[in-house]
This record gives sequence, C-alpha cells and structure tokens, in this order.
Amino acid sequence: MAIDNRIRALVSGRGLPLREDDVDTDRIIPARYLKGVSFEGLGEYAFRDARFDESGKPKAHPFNDPRFAGASILVVNRNFGCGSSREHAPQALVRAGIAAIAGESFAEIFAGNCVSLGLPAVSLSADGARELQDMVEADPALRIEVDLEAGELRAGPRRFPLAMPETHRKALVTGLWDSTAELLPTLAAARSLAAGLPYLAWARAAP
Amino acid sequence: MSANLFDKIWDLHKVGRLPSGRDQLFIGLHLVHEVTSPQAFAMLAERGLPVAFPERTFATSDHIIPTEDQSRPFMDPQAEAMMAALESNAAASRIELFGLASGKQGIVHVIGPELGLTQPGMTIACGDSHTSTHGALGALAFGIGTSQVRDLLATQTLAMDRPKVRRISVRGALGAGVGAKDMILFILSRLGVEGGIGYAYEYAGAAVRALGMEARMTLCNMSIEGGARAGYVSPDETTFEYVRGRPYAPAGADWDRAIAFWRSIASAEDASFDDEVELDAAEVEPMVTWGTNPGQGIGISGRMPRLSELPSARREGARAAYAHMGFAEGEPIAGKRISVAFIGSCTNGRISDLREAAAVAKGRKVAAGVRALVVPGSMRVAAQAREEGLDLVFREAGFDFRLAGCSMCLAMNPDKLVGDQLCASSSNRNFIGRQGSARGRTLLMSPAMVAAAAVSGEVVDARSLYGDR
Repeated sequence: MAIDNRIRALVSGRGLPLREDDVDTDRIIPARYLKGVSFEGLGEYAFRDARFDESGKPKAHPFNDPRFAGASILVVNRNFGCGSSREHAPQALVRAGIAAIAGESFAEIFAGNCVSLGLPAVSLSADGARELQDMVEADPALRIEVDLEAGELRAGPRRFPLAMPETHRKALVTGLWDSTAELLPTLAAARSLAAGLPYLAWARAAP
Repeated sequence: MSANLFDKIWDLHKVGRLPSGRDQLFIGLHLVHEVTSPQAFAMLAERGLPVAFPERTFATSDHIIPTEDQSRPFMDPQAEAMMAALESNAAASRIELFGLASGKQGIVHVIGPELGLTQPGMTIACGDSHTSTHGALGALAFGIGTSQVRDLLATQTLAMDRPKVRRISVRGALGAGVGAKDMILFILSRLGVEGGIGYAYEYAGAAVRALGMEARMTLCNMSIEGGARAGYVSPDETTFEYVRGRPYAPAGADWDRAIAFWRSIASAEDASFDDEVELDAAEVEPMVTWGTNPGQGIGISGRMPRLSELPSARREGARAAYAHMGFAEGEPIAGKRISVAFIGSCTNGRISDLREAAAVAKGRKVAAGVRALVVPGSMRVAAQAREEGLDLVFREAGFDFRLAGCSMCLAMNPDKLVGDQLCASSSNRNFIGRQGSARGRTLLMSPAMVAAAAVSGEVVDARSLYGDR
C-alpha cells in the first residue's frame, strides 16, 4: 500500500457514544471469537455479549441503535481497551466500521495496537468526552472531524483540544505507522547490538 | 542518584531512535502462543519475510488446550486448527515448540521462568498482556499485539515509547496466611485499574523482598491490571537461586558471568524514580473482588463500598458492577455462596500455589453443589504436584485435577462457567463474560482462599481453616 493511502491526519464521520469507564477487551471481543487463525469476520462480533443476550435477542446498546448506524467515530470514556493485549479488539472495531476513537484515556497496549492498524485513538478531557457524547446523543447526524495536524476535534461549532503520544500522532500523520516497515531498515544494527548482549553469549551454550 | 533497573535494561537494548520518534528496542526473548501468532506469521509470509532470530523465539500452546482429553485431533476443530497452525509455523521457521509430547508444555508465563528461559536483565515480549509476569526475575517484559508479534518475528525489535517508572514500596511484613495475590489486589484497590497508565511498576520494600520467586510472579503478573506497561522486582539472591540449574540457565563459567551481569542491572539503593508510592503490608488482608474489574477488591473482613463512599468517578462503574454481580452496596463479601472454584492460571497455577491450596483442601471435602477444578500451569507443575501427592489430596477432597493450560481463566477451551454461576477464582480478571458465560460472575482471590471457598461452599477467611486442625 502506498504511504499516501496510509495518512491519517484527518478522519471525519458521525459519532457513536459508548458511555462507560474501563471497557475491557474481553467486552469488545469475547474470547470465544479469538478461536481462528485470521482476523476476518471479527467486525460482526464487536461487543457481541453487550449487544445480544444468550438467545441472540438484541439488547439496548449504541452499536444496535439505528440512530448511530454507519457512525465511524467511537466516543468513549476512561481507560478504554483495558485488559487483554488481543489485537482482535481494535481489529473488530475497524471491521465494524470504526475509523477513529475519542475518549478520556486508553489502556496502553490497546492504544499501541490502534497505531499498528492506523486507527487514531485520541484523548479528550473527561468533561470533553462526556460533552461530545451528549452532543452526539442530541444530534446523531453531527459531523465530527478528528484533526491530528491541528490537534483538535471539531464537532459542529465546538472545538475540543485532543492529546495523544507525539510518536503515535507522528506515525499517523506521516503514514509511517507500519512498524515492521519502520524497523526493518535497521535490522543490521539490531544484529550487532545482539552480538554484544551477555546473555545471548551463554544462551548459545544452552540445550 | 543512579539509574534504576528499567533504565539500565532499556539503554542496553536500545538500537536507536526511529523516524516516528519511538525507540527501537531489541527483545532478547520472544515467547509465542497459538492465539495471537497465526495472523502474525501470515502477515510475515505475505511480505516474504523470514523470522530474524528463530533461536530467540520459543513457542507453547496454552489458551485453547483442553484440560481433560488432549488426544489429537482435539474435539474442538477450531482449537485443533490453531494448534496445527502453531506447529507448522514453528516447524517452518525452526522455532522450538514445547508441544504436548515434550513434557514442557504449559502456560507461556509459567514455562518461561521454570525452564530458565526468563532471566534477569533481559527484554522479553509475548502477544499476551500477562507477559509482565516475567518481570519478577528482574527482566523488562511487555505484552504486545499481533502486529508487534509480526515486528518481532521480522526484526526481533519493537517500536516503543519509554514509560516512566513508579516504585511501589511495600514496607513491613505480610501477616500469616496473606500472600502475593492479596498484595497485588490490595495495590490495585488503592491505585486503580488505570493508575499505571504511562508507567512501569518496580515493586520494592521489605514485604516484596520477603516473597519467594513464584509469589513475585503473581505480583508482577497483575501489573497490567493496574494499567502499567510492565512490572518487575529488581533481582537478588532469591532470584539467582531460582534460576540456578534450570534447563536454559547459564552454567559453569557462564554462571559467574551471569551473576555479575545480573547484579549490574539491579536498581541501586539510591536509584531515582519518576514516582514513588509507599504502602504498609500490615494493612493487607486476604483480598476478594466484589466487582467487574480487578481494582474492585476488599479485605475478607470488609464490606462492599457504599456508592456514596466512593469518589464520584468510580460510582457509575460500581453501580454497574453491583448490577452484574447481584450484590448490594454495604454487604459483607464473606458468606457469598459460590458454585464453581477454579485454581490455576498464569497468576496462580504454579507449584507453590497448588501447595497452598492443597494445605487447605487436605482432609476436607468440596461442598455439595460446588464444581472445583485444579489446573496446573504446566506439565512440569503437574508432574511435581503428582510427585508430592497433591493430585491425590485434591481428588480425595473432590476437586478435578486437570492437565495444564489456561482453562477457565478465559474459557477458550471447554472449561466455562454456565449461566450466572458465581466462581471463586485464582485467576486475574473478573471482567464480565471473562470465564465463558456472559452472565457469569467471578470473585478473584488467592489459591488458599479459593480452596477455602470450595470446601466451605461460600467465601470465607482461609486463615480460619488453617487454625482448626
């Protein structure tokens, strides 16, 4: 894929409010859907158990709410994506149509996984996240722009300052978020560093 | 002021600064399991890249492994497909796989230390959040996602931001019958499940120094539950004695070189930290969680918090947790009737955990209506337990003694809760749905407390059972 297609400087869409702190990755994608050797098809199981009861009957949940059908900016609260490191969680969200996540804070492994997928996860203030959720609830058609260059999220007349680790922001706005591509050119330097590590010397003598 | 362990190991492994501004960090040991690796191997193949350091990559199977009948093909075709993918990926890339016939298979965070693969001073990564466990030996150990597993396979390096380091000092001594699981649940109840964001945790203080190696693994294991990127204990004589003689440990002249290296990377007495927290071990009781995140825990003699007593930012979460658990604010946790007891996992599936639980179970019977499972963390743990007769102690008490795997910690195999069962569990997460039923309910506690709940049919203070023999 060309770098140009990978630039994530500006993402826009309608909002999908998910009001809850500490949403864990088991909730985002229950472990039984991890039983596969690819990420294909995970989108349909995002928040499966929060969205449907055991008989498959839909429950009240923003992902089931027709007002938010087609929305692509997930608006969350504190410590979103905590728990398991499963990349299946952001993979499921991307495959469910999510193009950016905005909220008070993110668990770090989750945030790192989002960067790996080119999915912006941006922090707002706690009050800002709640206000944006209120705005989206009141007007599901509201257009939201996540602008990583300007460092702000725009929703109608409101501008919310956004924060994210500078290295994440830089990777997304330059399109250089494919970490394997970033790491490969210096493989020789990694090999020479390894040659000097004391424990790799005695590891060679082990069974 | 001098450098702490984290900074020393990071600097030793830093290849350089990447264009994105992240550091390129060499990873000395990459551990692989069947759930988060097949997609990474596929991505590698798509790009036509080989595994750069197959000799520093080791694989095992744990998450999907059935614990009753492990004959192949597995009954569950999805589990069989994942196992087969791991086997063929490992073989094609010349990666050592600790398979079911090796006698060394087990939960990745149990076998790394027990085989001596995990050593002080290393950087370690695995596509599993509980990789923080390996920090118990004085290593920097990171849980990563699948795209990063791909990075590691391709380059043995990761693109990472350096976290800050918080030292958590637990002064004094834990009381009798109080252990590392109680200590970490206590820490989580104080610092919260997001308090560690941006940090690695160094555990220190007299109460941490007094812990054995396996107890330190329990402590570091749940660092991720506090939001920390890693957790570790600076190495000492306890660490060195644990590593000595293990299959992959340095030997002969290498042993002396290793000790010198390990001492050199330890945090100095006057090491500096970005943040410091001090806690008192005397305040720690046997802990039990009442909610749906691991920070929602209280001492066994305590009452579940009233919403009005909680900081406003915690109230909504507590209200939702009580609704799921069917508990009311202000209730005691002791006396809650359980229907399942689970002893195992990367948190508490080691031999010392089984000994602790067996000491409670011995000569008693699992209460009527309770389903009780003991799942050793590895084949070697299971073999040791059999040698000590612990399997018989458990079986005579009415526990199932199973084969090694992750089992009911996350229920990717047939071991699951049903309906709204309440489970006393020695695992690490009480998230909604975690143990395989969307309505299932989990109480996290130590292995001794799980055994005590199993034989009592309800949550009790395990210390009361030690006393009445």
